[in-house]
Amino acid sequence: MGKNLYQKVWDDHVVGQLESGQYQLFIALHLIHEVTSPQAFGMLKDKGLGVAYPQRTFATVDHIIPTTDQSRPLSDDMAEKMIQVLSDATEEAGIEFFAPKSGSQGIVHVVGPELGLTQPGMTICCGDSHTSTHGAFGCIALGIGTSQVRDVLASQTLAIDPLKVRRISVEGKLSAGVTAKDVTLHIIRMLGVNGGVGFAYEYAGSAIESMTMEERMTVCNMSIEGGARCGYINPDQTTFDFLQGKERSPQGAEFDSAVERWKSYASDADASYDDEIVIQAAEIKPTVTWGITPAQSISIEELTPDPEAVEGLDKDLINDALSYMKLAANAPIKGTKIDVAFIGSCTNGRLSDFEAVAKLIEGRHVASNVKAIAVPGSEKVDVAARALGLHEIFEAAGFEWRLPGCSMCLAMNPDKLVGDEICASSSNRNFVGRQGSPTGRTLLMSPMMVAAAAIEGHVADAREVFGLE
Amino acid sequence: MTGMKIEKISGKGVYVAGNDIDTDRIIPARFLKCVTFDELGPALFYDERFDTQDNSKHHVLDKAEHSGAQVLLSDANFGCGSSREHAPQAIQKFGFKAVIAESFAEIFHGNCTTLGIPCVTMVKTDREMIAKIIANDPDTDMIVDIEGLKVICGNHVFNVEMKDSAREAFLAASYDPLDTLLVAKSAVEETAKRLGYA
Repeated sequence: MGKNLYQKVWDDHVVGQLESGQYQLFIALHLIHEVTSPQAFGMLKDKGLGVAYPQRTFATVDHIIPTTDQSRPLSDDMAEKMIQVLSDATEEAGIEFFAPKSGSQGIVHVVGPELGLTQPGMTICCGDSHTSTHGAFGCIALGIGTSQVRDVLASQTLAIDPLKVRRISVEGKLSAGVTAKDVTLHIIRMLGVNGGVGFAYEYAGSAIESMTMEERMTVCNMSIEGGARCGYINPDQTTFDFLQGKERSPQGAEFDSAVERWKSYASDADASYDDEIVIQAAEIKPTVTWGITPAQSISIEELTPDPEAVEGLDKDLINDALSYMKLAANAPIKGTKIDVAFIGSCTNGRLSDFEAVAKLIEGRHVASNVKAIAVPGSEKVDVAARALGLHEIFEAAGFEWRLPGCSMCLAMNPDKLVGDEICASSSNRNFVGRQGSPTGRTLLMSPMMVAAAAIEGHVADAREVFGLE
Repeated sequence: MTGMKIEKISGKGVYVAGNDIDTDRIIPARFLKCVTFDELGPALFYDERFDTQDNSKHHVLDKAEHSGAQVLLSDANFGCGSSREHAPQAIQKFGFKAVIAESFAEIFHGNCTTLGIPCVTMVKTDREMIAKIIANDPDTDMIVDIEGLKVICGNHVFNVEMKDSAREAFLAASYDPLDTLLVAKSAVEETAKRLGYA
């Protein structure tokens, strides 16, 4: 019996078993940012410990960074302090820090891949649940808490229980107007927000294999919204082509030998899985959330659920969600008026996201009732987009083109919804209050669908708005 | 810091109802602007407890009869969402020492374990019964017995489950794994070398 990628990477990186029954896992790449990591350096100090492998940790700032004016000191004193603490701690420990204006700053899950730091067969950790993004390269990529960030800094290892592996095969061809975001929202809707608890997801099948790396990152990114600790895609030629020539990828002959090694991590044809699911790509439609969990979604063609049609707790959940969202039951989501449109985040803030939208919005304009912002995922994405003139297309269409950061995905910077504003958002979470206002409302969807909503002023079918066939 | 053995937790309980209670609800992102975890207790469930003018919404956690509760009871998929350790830190600093739920999100569960907060799972009917007992008499003593995998609430005894490795770690006082991880220094070095990481 062969092994799947998870088992191979796990076996390679296990240092040993601990008395509790957990395993000690070596971490190949550790990424840190200003919200969940500065505290870990304080914990190390308290214990008189240093950083064991500083060359295997990289830092950036993304969550609290403003997207309008990043000049220092930042106007928010605490935000400034958080950056300063991280900057000082990394300097003292000899950890490379991708500071604002360094040319490499950005959302941690955009930065790792675009620099070529993220490579197949690695174990990757970051104090951020969307670390699952890096699984797109064939990695075990895990979100961890601050005490575990401390553990990795001190020992380059984690104490962890192994996961089961579920293969989710998406077979066939996606229809026009259906994107990687719709695939991941569809999977979460099918399996639920806790369907993945205890599992790593292996995404497979022809629809996944034909995706670009950026699309694969979008799919793996939202594994965590489905409850899975991580998700991955087997490395293939698409992966290797993406990594070739990247700043921190192996170069020349070393690259060729790395590719041979990377290939060996892919799941064997006769690998076994703890669970398997097959989804037909043709069944997936442009998807929009209507509620307050990422699984509370429907296709753009459907009606919001009818609480009267279900019993018990489900009824309460639907009623609570609809009431928070101020949406009617059993009504079309299409036509729901929006106030804000947000394109960005570690889910959909990469160059290809802005390229795809620019093509659609060129020559059109955002509706007068909508505030629309586009936030590149990194300084490199910003530079590349500007080189293509994308920022001008966005601005001409009425979007604000901002500086890189997490921005309105979690609104730890000044980009926040006001009152009960409702936002068409390319981000990953529609939790209560997620976008910075305790009564703010989020509709998750693909960047293309955000663009359609921005232009129409209400939730719309991108296929109709842009004539996609 | 390796802590003390955690075999039993006793105290009053309080029930915060709801499935899929996410870490943004447990602690809204604006409270993550900090460089230590020290001040997080009062921010627990802030937007559930207070309106936008900071007026109390008379949330169950703020009812006088539940003040000082040490066992938090909730429903399915508790702690889903982000990896922010701020969430269990806030729970702990608010005064809770154990959490009972239908199920837990994985990263949250791991964070709680490392901090010494046992997370135990209990079936719905039993949780409903405890919720009823607490509602009738908020001062009812509860005991979460890690060793015996039981929860005692008043005159009733309920079975609970928890992850074996977490239970072992609480009983052996090794739930904070750092010291253990540092022991294998040379094995770690070997692994790093073998994989070309050092």
